[in-house]
Amino acid sequence: MTAVLTPFIAPAQTGGLTVGLRQTGAFTKRSLLGRLRQPASLAPSFVFPLFFAALSSSSFSRTTALANFPADSFLAFSVAGAILQGVLFGSTAAASDLAVDIEQGFWERMIASPVSRTSIVLGRLASSFVIGMVQSAVFLTVFRLFGVHVKSGLLGVIGIVGGGGLIGLAISGLLSSFAIRSGSSEAVQGVFPLTFILLFLSSAFFPREYMSGWYRSVADINPMSHIVEGLRSFIVEPASAGAFARAWGIPLVIAAASISLALLALQKRLRAS
Amino acid sequence: MNITIDRPAAGAQTAEGGDLFAVSMALVRRSLQRITRMPSAFIPAAAMPVFQAIAFSGSFAAAVKFAGVKNSLDWFVPLASIQGAAFGALGVSFGLILDLQNGFFDRLRMAPLPRWSLVLGPMIAALLRAVVPIVLVLTVGFLGGMNLPGGPLGLVMLAIAAFGIAGITAGFGMGLAYRMRSMGAAALMQFGIFMAIFLSSAQMPLGAMRGWAHSIARVSPMTNILRLARQGFLGDVTWHHTWPGLVAIAGLMAASILWARRGLNSFND
Repeated sequence: MTAVLTPFIAPAQTGGLTVGLRQTGAFTKRSLLGRLRQPASLAPSFVFPLFFAALSSSSFSRTTALANFPADSFLAFSVAGAILQGVLFGSTAAASDLAVDIEQGFWERMIASPVSRTSIVLGRLASSFVIGMVQSAVFLTVFRLFGVHVKSGLLGVIGIVGGGGLIGLAISGLLSSFAIRSGSSEAVQGVFPLTFILLFLSSAFFPREYMSGWYRSVADINPMSHIVEGLRSFIVEPASAGAFARAWGIPLVIAAASISLALLALQKRLRAS
Repeated sequence: MNITIDRPAAGAQTAEGGDLFAVSMALVRRSLQRITRMPSAFIPAAAMPVFQAIAFSGSFAAAVKFAGVKNSLDWFVPLASIQGAAFGALGVSFGLILDLQNGFFDRLRMAPLPRWSLVLGPMIAALLRAVVPIVLVLTVGFLGGMNLPGGPLGLVMLAIAAFGIAGITAGFGMGLAYRMRSMGAAALMQFGIFMAIFLSSAQMPLGAMRGWAHSIARVSPMTNILRLARQGFLGDVTWHHTWPGLVAIAGLMAASILWARRGLNSFND
């Protein structure tokens, strides 16, 4: 792929917030265009979660009769899990693209040019944030067409879309640190099952209240459970500070930690090269 | 890589030359060698069904209990075994795509080998590759407290269903690989198998489902195969729960072998 990164050719300095932001913006744009030009890589992050949600809502529809089920319909219950699943898939692809840049030499070309090093990484992460928000908005639209109402209204929509973006940022930061360390897209794909395992060991697909034993204990301490329940509460009840704390706060904390890890990995790679 | 055929003159010669069984077994050996040479490609296929058995039986325990299943492992372990067998078998088709791309398959095609060996060999290899995931899932199931009221016969029924699915998957995968001849076929294989398994009574008993998923699951042959596989884990083994599964396996197996052979014939077009 050919990228035209005009903004950072002129200012040969790497310092300066404005220049750094412009360079990050250019890398974000490149990353987003790269994803749009490969719709086949985006498709699984939409198709599989929607298929699972449709199948589960039909298969498990009668379970809403269980005492204290947290939603009116299983479809409404499935929205948050589908968004989380879709954003996880999307974030993996973003981190994998970063590893491909390293494998194919594009990374070295950027390092050799007068570009802010952090913008190379932050550009990728910002694109995951944007894609996470877009995915969440698309998912909400599709579910709305099938009759799911967001009970917390516009505030809830903002909560879900923003939450989707932050989850994308958090997970892609984590996977990007692996990508920078290993420089191998295969290694990133190898780490992906771990995030998938975290997703399944959570309340993404069925309420935590009905789990038992060690599985329940793991789901209780799994941050994915709390994030997905925060997103879900926007759909099934009025907006609350608690919902924002879970749907935005937890991903923000993870994002801060994972971006730090990614930048540390960047420094290590720069020192090594 | 060289293929060593030990006793080419011993068995029955076919019209196309060579011994069908000996050549097939050489292809089986080659396919199995891939497991030790590229374990990274096989381990996920073996480990994921184990994780799936644990995850599904933990997540959906209340759902299947609501539908009358006492222990969720009894419901999901046979499903994970079948899925593990299918994805283990798909590894053979992935290897076939690599052979098609790196030219090794062309050498096989040019050699005086019985054509059927190019279908039979990968299919036997697929059955053998399915053993590991099935054993792993069952081991985890028994360690987790899974029941087997149907006794050893229940395990036999599960084995018939799982190996049947492995053979069907291999035939389906080979047919796609022979036609598409690119890695694009791999994604299509996984998607096809995934859909076939889950658009059935995979997650919930048929009686507890409703809506479009119920309508599809009711006519899906996979529902009969899953019923065959699960019966020994949920109760006694009965002919009533056995024969529809056997018919489904026989029909799908014949169709998948035909699909694979016709795909192979497409090289002559």
